[in-house]
Amino acid sequence: MTKLLINEREIVVPGEELAEGMDFLPSHGTYRDKDKIVSSKLGVVSVNKTIIKVIPLTGRYMPKIDDIVIGRVIEIGFYGWSVDIGSAYPATLSIRDATEFIDKGENLTKYYDYGDILAAQVIRTTRYNSIDITTKGPGLKKLSGGKVIEVTPSKVPRMIGKQGSMISMIKDATGCNILIGQNGRVWIKGTNLENENLVTKTIMKIEEESHIDGLTDKIKKLLESKK
Amino acid sequence: MAGYDKRFSGRKFDEMREIEAKVGVIKRADGSALFRMGDTIAIAAVYGPRELHPRFLQNPETGILRCNYDMTSFSVPERKRPGPNRRGVEISLVTEKALLPVLELKQFPNAVVDVFVEIVQANAGTRCAGISAAALALAHAGIPMKDLVSAVSVGKVSGKVLIDLDKEEEDVDDATDIPIAMTGRKQEITLLQLDGNLAKKDLMEAIKLAKQGCEKINKIQQKALKDAYKSVKNE
Repeated sequence: MTKLLINEREIVVPGEELAEGMDFLPSHGTYRDKDKIVSSKLGVVSVNKTIIKVIPLTGRYMPKIDDIVIGRVIEIGFYGWSVDIGSAYPATLSIRDATEFIDKGENLTKYYDYGDILAAQVIRTTRYNSIDITTKGPGLKKLSGGKVIEVTPSKVPRMIGKQGSMISMIKDATGCNILIGQNGRVWIKGTNLENENLVTKTIMKIEEESHIDGLTDKIKKLLESKK
Repeated sequence: MAGYDKRFSGRKFDEMREIEAKVGVIKRADGSALFRMGDTIAIAAVYGPRELHPRFLQNPETGILRCNYDMTSFSVPERKRPGPNRRGVEISLVTEKALLPVLELKQFPNAVVDVFVEIVQANAGTRCAGISAAALALAHAGIPMKDLVSAVSVGKVSGKVLIDLDKEEEDVDDATDIPIAMTGRKQEITLLQLDGNLAKKDLMEAIKLAKQGCEKINKIQQKALKDAYKSVKNE
């Protein structure tokens, strides 16, 4: 007696029963209660053969290894920097994972100061409460100038588009530098304010209408009309 | 008053007031919800999980839940002095205890989830509306939770067991008010407060009424959450 009680891609809420019987296995966002699998998050159901999981629609950013994130320096200690990346816990950027060789006892504010915006990569996470990031790597650096806006982390894939189609379209249309962090922060730097504002408006629109089919065409029209 | 045959509001004895639920009412919060029962309106906002300060409150084994219930000064006919008071502190505590059994905060050691419940308009049953709103807001914030929580008040007014008392009924001399909160799927009671006199038979009947009521509220909560994201499905 094994039965799926819900269709794939359906939106479920906490406490909703997803499947009956012992043949299914609960994964992220679900739990087993006797012979039932129940959702524990607000999200979309994904069934892979016998594994059921719920992909959350909301919530804080959950760090994953190799994610590129955009963060702000909130604290400087002897060990390195504490960086707010919009997760439940601040990330740690230790001295040896920062740029070049740094002498012991050197003034760390010379490299990254309070309030600096960094593009970094997640290298380690331990049960969520300790996140290590690095700024060594291509494209990872202090972001100077420009501005940062925040969107829901679950909508990041939509912003980027298929093989980066959406993001490169916006870049081409406005000539702005745009960097999207997996944690839902978007850094924008353009040649002038109008272009930056146009990007901001476009990204807000994508966030609002991320569910609409043919969004790429719609955004294209929006960008062309503003030119 | 001999015999309460017809309710002041004209409702049936097992009929609740009109219910409205909406999520995402506060933009800057991680999760938020509005829950209205008749003239009682509760707004809940959830922030977190985030680092807990002061540090000595942190628990390395689990995340903690902090609830804060308050009424706006204009929510009642007679101006309420703003800020926490004895009653607010009690309701904050019972809200916390009503919600904690469904939350899975073990994944967030040393962290805190803050829930702020604000009553913007009160007409009895505020703690129940507050709990229902808070449960919605928690789900909307993406906090892992085993189940939703719904709450309703039941009681006995002039010898009649009934559901969802309004202020007029609550103020009747021999009225007994019992706020009850329960989980959605298994209908396990997470809150039951009772002061006053009530026979066991009446209490059991009241709980039965509350179960029916919570089932309806749960459906409305589920719908509210799904409606907020309905369009995503068609992506």
